[in-house]
Amino acid sequence: MSRPSRSSGLPRWVFVPAAVGALFILLPLVALASQVEWSHFVDLITSESSRSALVLSLRTSAISTVLCLLLGVPMALVLARTSFRGQGALRSLVLLPLVLPPVVGGIALLYTFGRKGLLGETIEVLGLQIAFSTTAVVIAQTFVSLPFLVVSLEGALRTAGEQYEVVASTLGARPTTVLRRVTLPLVLPGLAAGAVLSFARALGEFGATITFAGSLEGVTRTLPLEIYLQRESDPDAAVALSLVLVVVAVLVIALVRGPRREAL
Amino acid sequence: MKRLLVPLVAGVLLSTAACGSDPSSDARAPAKDTTLTVFAASSLKGTFTEIGQKFEDANPGVTVTFSFAGSSDLVAQISQGAPADVFASADTENMDKATADGLVEGTPVNFATNTLEIATPPDNPAKVDSLDDLASPDVKTVICAAEVPCGAATAGLEKVAGVDIAPVSEEQSVTDVLGKVVSGEADAGLVYVTDVKGAAGQVIGIEVPEASQVVNTYPTAVLSGSSNASVARAFTAYVVGPEGQAVLAAAGFAQP
Repeated sequence: MSRPSRSSGLPRWVFVPAAVGALFILLPLVALASQVEWSHFVDLITSESSRSALVLSLRTSAISTVLCLLLGVPMALVLARTSFRGQGALRSLVLLPLVLPPVVGGIALLYTFGRKGLLGETIEVLGLQIAFSTTAVVIAQTFVSLPFLVVSLEGALRTAGEQYEVVASTLGARPTTVLRRVTLPLVLPGLAAGAVLSFARALGEFGATITFAGSLEGVTRTLPLEIYLQRESDPDAAVALSLVLVVVAVLVIALVRGPRREAL
Repeated sequence: MKRLLVPLVAGVLLSTAACGSDPSSDARAPAKDTTLTVFAASSLKGTFTEIGQKFEDANPGVTVTFSFAGSSDLVAQISQGAPADVFASADTENMDKATADGLVEGTPVNFATNTLEIATPPDNPAKVDSLDDLASPDVKTVICAAEVPCGAATAGLEKVAGVDIAPVSEEQSVTDVLGKVVSGEADAGLVYVTDVKGAAGQVIGIEVPEASQVVNTYPTAVLSGSSNASVARAFTAYVVGPEGQAVLAAAGFAQP
């Protein structure tokens, strides 16, 4: 890829607010890194509570991502490849968790899956316990990250178009074969980007988790909750753990942008 | 690098933090109109709002604005230069921190105390009637995390009573604990007496005899950064005085 030429036709003044904007995003990250007590960094991020929070976060985010794939891929397919009455409205509603404050999502989940919630009694009859369990964390994370997968994949499906699928089916391929051999391979980069974004969103999930799942070490206290709690008594540990999440976020962006730049 | 960054970042943070008060009022306000900014612990929201209104009525031209948050958050904000005149903490530890950092003018005054109590949903589904019941894994008990003042008090109570509570969740604040009990998610929670009183009808309170040995003391002080120190002193005196104490007593706070 060649470097953009200098004579791009942009007025020079545009660079000033653009640079201010970039600084606005980068400066807090630099400030955060400058506050890290490097001499204790390893101790701070490997304490028992930090490790258990990190392991819990990675585990629940991985499960949430799998759930997002299982539910989100069919949703994206239905939204991109079919048309029915009310589809536009449905799409908007499904994307709601993207713009909803997570704490609102948490309250909504509480009134759905909580003990006194809409499905609470059904869940209790089935002998399941969701309140204050790791399951509640996964539900909260899946709720907020599912739209990321649906949006990325639906966009990729629309961009890819249907011509190859039409050809495949005129050649006699069954719908499932077309989906498996043509559609999904075509949108694989979009699917991967969506999955990584969902994972990142699940990893950062805070509001819905603290509202809906509670906070107990090793069970429901994920890394963002641990950071929020450590800030009360040990700001150095909070800063060190924050940096860990920043590094994970940078890795996620590198993963998404790396293999195929147009995926985002 | 760090030297250059810190003031810059602090400046950005401050300008956001200052949104709560009205920065322009100082500039154009004549001497009579004063805005007093009070940083107070979350558990004081109801009582201090009421005390603030009474103080305004008693002192025409004075407007009292509040910022309610966790005591340690408030100390952090004050030490980063947030414009505040009065600080009221939910525990002595955070006030000590503020005093040690040189943020406080004069000596803090204790104005109230609070003790812990068990809160359960009105139907008390787990039939809790003493602290010992909270040690049972069958009772879904929610407490404050040890890192926050109410959690420190909870740990103290466990020690005094010789009970090892098995919580399903350790929340960030006492209001989060109360919320879990009010919504029926938890069978029981350890909250302050004032929280039970404030949520009357939504929870029932069960007294814990040993709680009287673990008392949380609320101190208040005028801040050294205050630009209205005389009004700030009048406000803290009002809180300690009969009018303030009456409001606090009605909410269930005890006298120090």
